[in-house]
Amino acid sequence: MSVDSATVRKIASLARIAVSDAQVEAMVPELNNILGWIEQLGEVDTSAVAPMTAVIPNTLRLRDDAVTDGDVRDAVLKNAPQAEHGFFAVPKVIE
Amino acid sequence: MTKLTDLGVAALRDGFRAGDFSAREVAVAFNDAVAAAKPLNAFIVETPDHALAAADAADADRASGNLKPLSGVPIGMKDLFATKGVQTTAASHMLEGFKPEYESTVSGNLWRAGAGMLGKLNLDQFAMGSSNETSYFGNVISPWRRNNGDTAALAPGGSSGGSSSAIAARIVPGATGTDTGGSIRQPAAFTGISGIKPTYGRCSRWGVVAFASSLDQAGPMARDVRDCAILLENMAGFDAKDSTSLDLPVPNWEAALSSDLKGKRIGIPKEYRVDGMPAEIEALWEQGIAWLKDAGAEIVSVSLPHTKYALPAYYIIAPAEASSNLARYDGVRYGLRELPDGANLQDMYAATRAAGFGDEVKRRIMIGTYVLSAGFYDAYYTQAQKVRTLIAQDFDKAWESCDLLLTPTAPSAAFGLGEKSADPLAMYLNDVFTVPTSLAGLPAMSVPGGLDALGLPLGLQVIGKALDEQSVLNASLALEERAGFTARPDKWW
Repeated sequence: MSVDSATVRKIASLARIAVSDAQVEAMVPELNNILGWIEQLGEVDTSAVAPMTAVIPNTLRLRDDAVTDGDVRDAVLKNAPQAEHGFFAVPKVIE
Repeated sequence: MTKLTDLGVAALRDGFRAGDFSAREVAVAFNDAVAAAKPLNAFIVETPDHALAAADAADADRASGNLKPLSGVPIGMKDLFATKGVQTTAASHMLEGFKPEYESTVSGNLWRAGAGMLGKLNLDQFAMGSSNETSYFGNVISPWRRNNGDTAALAPGGSSGGSSSAIAARIVPGATGTDTGGSIRQPAAFTGISGIKPTYGRCSRWGVVAFASSLDQAGPMARDVRDCAILLENMAGFDAKDSTSLDLPVPNWEAALSSDLKGKRIGIPKEYRVDGMPAEIEALWEQGIAWLKDAGAEIVSVSLPHTKYALPAYYIIAPAEASSNLARYDGVRYGLRELPDGANLQDMYAATRAAGFGDEVKRRIMIGTYVLSAGFYDAYYTQAQKVRTLIAQDFDKAWESCDLLLTPTAPSAAFGLGEKSADPLAMYLNDVFTVPTSLAGLPAMSVPGGLDALGLPLGLQVIGKALDEQSVLNASLALEERAGFTARPDKWW
């Protein structure tokens, strides 16, 4: 499979990365080069193989359903580019 | 008297305990060495006050008889570990100025053990790279140069290139690294130092800036095997805050070090003899085999048939996980925000991510987004995870006839900065010997084996069974004792 500039634009939009026309043109051959190389995985017969889910066998632990953290609003907001009235602030999303 | 900066972790710890010097003298000596080594660009932030405060605490602890495992030892911290109140950037513009309100588990463990921090070490941006050329804060330069009069700047390897450069230049005695596909082992090999990636789950990932969570694993880098064992003991351990942390006791690896390999079988995987591998690396590998035989080990030939598929599988899985992990950088909660005039929320996300991420990071997010997108998920991602199963099974099968594997660490010695940065694929191929182990979650270590004709270090890699760091360290020690690697770069910085 190979990508064209429309596909690259679509991926960039899904990834929420703004790209210029020039950047799109540069990325098309670059991504195709990499995708062409990873394509070789198709040669491997994996019909009887389960996809890896954990490299080292481990079980997910459960803990008591109790509050263990919190009361750290100011610390959470400390690195926010814009915080107002104890909230993260973003550009208006409703007209 | 020996220069304090010539001492490694064990020598500093033991000399401090014996009263040969104070922790403050050590911290001052290393702080001065760090301040004088700016041309290497190994540090993003220097923290001399942190090192001095830990040293003063160590001196007080010694006076009151409360020595800790790393009292008197200052180290470098890769700038991928969140450090409370100290800028943590992952070498990205995206996190410039970010000062965490919390401490990563691994760094916290080290401070609790008495270590001090000399600074935050430079790296490839979000740990994506093999040459330390993707950092927003500039390339790290290796202290090594070719011996033919060529003064070209060489790559310290990546992504833990600040760590490797600083240790090789003897401006830190040891440092933390992280390894997703070889980021501890390849830089260690390029700079003539040692580094171990433990079994996945040994070191907590909590507070480590995430790249590919099923692969990311922290580990130590230092001048020798013993120093790595000491640091790893003080980094590892169960952490309830990391769901993949292994709930197992931390072995006393240093105390059990032994270079007697009688009864050990060392596998030599034939698929690692790749086309175009320099003859010097072949020769070093043969030499390594002879050294391990000399240490009492039996050598067996093994096959890891899916080796050639490890890199392409990695370059699906790692970018896929990265594209998910890096979705968090949205300009809302921390880090950079770009808000062009009149931009709405979606525009802000896209502008922020365009301005904050470097080219290699964007490339990997794009690939990850593509392979996870509707219609392609099974063909790429699921297939890669199945191949990953086969790669892990290859190792399981090999363990039926051997206890450890010996391979070269990297297919070449250090290359010059700029020599490979124009071709992402050529750069990716650097990790051909380290990636399979990462995909299988196994422990692996690189130790220096010798120099090539241009006077540059070459590394050997020992790979072990899951949780068997001890055998990996022991075989590495056997190599280290026989290699007698004492070469160090001439100071030019």
